[in-house]
Amino acid sequence: MAEETRKYTLEIWRQKNANDKGGFKTYPIDDVSPDMSFLEMIDLLNDRLARTGEEPVTFDHDCREGICGACSMYINGHPHGPHQGVTTCQLHMRSFPNNAKIVVEPWRAQAFPVVKDLMVDRAAFDRIIQAGGYVSVNTGSARDANETPISKEIADEAFNAAACIGCGACVAACKNASAMLFVAAKVSQLAILPQGQAERKARAEKMVAQMDAEGFGACTNTGACSAECPKEIGQEHIARLNREFLGASLSSKNVGDFKLIKQ
Amino acid sequence: MNWFTRVLTSSIGRKVLMALTGLFLSLFLVVHLIGNLQLLAGDEGAAFNAYAAFMTTTPIVKVASYLLYATFLLHIVQSILLTMHNRSARPVGYRSAGSSQGVSSTSRNMGILGTIILVFLIIHLRNFWYEMHWGEITTDAAGNKDLYKVVSEAFAQWWYVALYIVSMVGVGFHLWHGFASSFQTLGLNHAKYTPFIKSLGYGFAILIPLGFALIPIIMFVQSGN
Repeated sequence: MAEETRKYTLEIWRQKNANDKGGFKTYPIDDVSPDMSFLEMIDLLNDRLARTGEEPVTFDHDCREGICGACSMYINGHPHGPHQGVTTCQLHMRSFPNNAKIVVEPWRAQAFPVVKDLMVDRAAFDRIIQAGGYVSVNTGSARDANETPISKEIADEAFNAAACIGCGACVAACKNASAMLFVAAKVSQLAILPQGQAERKARAEKMVAQMDAEGFGACTNTGACSAECPKEIGQEHIARLNREFLGASLSSKNVGDFKLIKQ
Repeated sequence: MNWFTRVLTSSIGRKVLMALTGLFLSLFLVVHLIGNLQLLAGDEGAAFNAYAAFMTTTPIVKVASYLLYATFLLHIVQSILLTMHNRSARPVGYRSAGSSQGVSSTSRNMGILGTIILVFLIIHLRNFWYEMHWGEITTDAAGNKDLYKVVSEAFAQWWYVALYIVSMVGVGFHLWHGFASSFQTLGLNHAKYTPFIKSLGYGFAILIPLGFALIPIIMFVQSGN
């Protein structure tokens, strides 16, 4: 039996480069299998565009199994589409009724400039990590696993924060384009583990300073970030970031400005 | 930059100022409501006028009132600065912005709700606060300025009562998000206390504005208009 296929009307943001004004372009697409992922559907479109001599749609993608955070599409008003807890590569066309209109936009934020079409530059996140989202470890032979006892409860909580894949959906979903959930996850995962204690205060202060310098907005506790996060990272981590930042600001010996990481 | 300025002008520092000033203003609402309830004492305003005189002449209350004005200004100025900063964080908007699951409309519209409250505040201060301080007010039997008369004349007009009700709905929605949100901003999010804070916030957001709105309604009914 022939597989049932679907038709869609895609409205996709096309922008040649960072300086181009850009605009939406409509692409009707047919013969779409409901079992295709959203990215495979765009692959199909691009294959057809290439055959007709039109420039294919540029988009970020990598692992296609929901763990890398590369695929960044704002689909019908939601980062990664209408479902909760998934990335765009995990979104399937069966989620869209036949003949539906699908609007696809890039992440929109001052700190995430559009490179081309649906691809944005998320290096701002890398610079925030560079500012303090790490632990310093001596090189040499690897230490034994479970050498430092950590309770299951703490390990689970740290792991929930560490599930962040740095996709930027939190920024894309936030009405203020705030990066608080991302920074909160990165600060949280280290702040509650023994390995993260040495750099704990400086980490919170430096990462927040870098986040502000990158031009992200401020948090207004709407909770849209957690609702749209593919890893469903919760608001309690933002509260912890607030705590860590305030505690560090009041008690650390950093009286001057922080050296920011330049673009 | 001095570390103190750096912290207070950071995105989290600004939010902390919003939270602290917001909580202080919430506390003020409780005090204000308790004072207002004396309008319903049924003594032709004797208690209320004595209270108004106490509130405008006692030195310690005067100091507190300057702190209150400063808090209002800080909350308003900070909100304008934050809104401008947040707008600039997304210069190009979305064509199809959907609403995310579990996100309250009050949390998305704090600026609009705040603006409603600000407009109300200006009218409210002009009609009562300004009149009490610098207006021509007759005195009551005890020799206190008869603010009760000013209030009861205002609340005898239906449109004035309507303005108060609409404004109190605005205050209610503003508190609906603002109360619990302040605690989150201050870093207080805990499995044991957050559910209590949220419930307290919702109760506060309903009961306090309801109390404020009932006073003009009752006085309007009593005026017989």
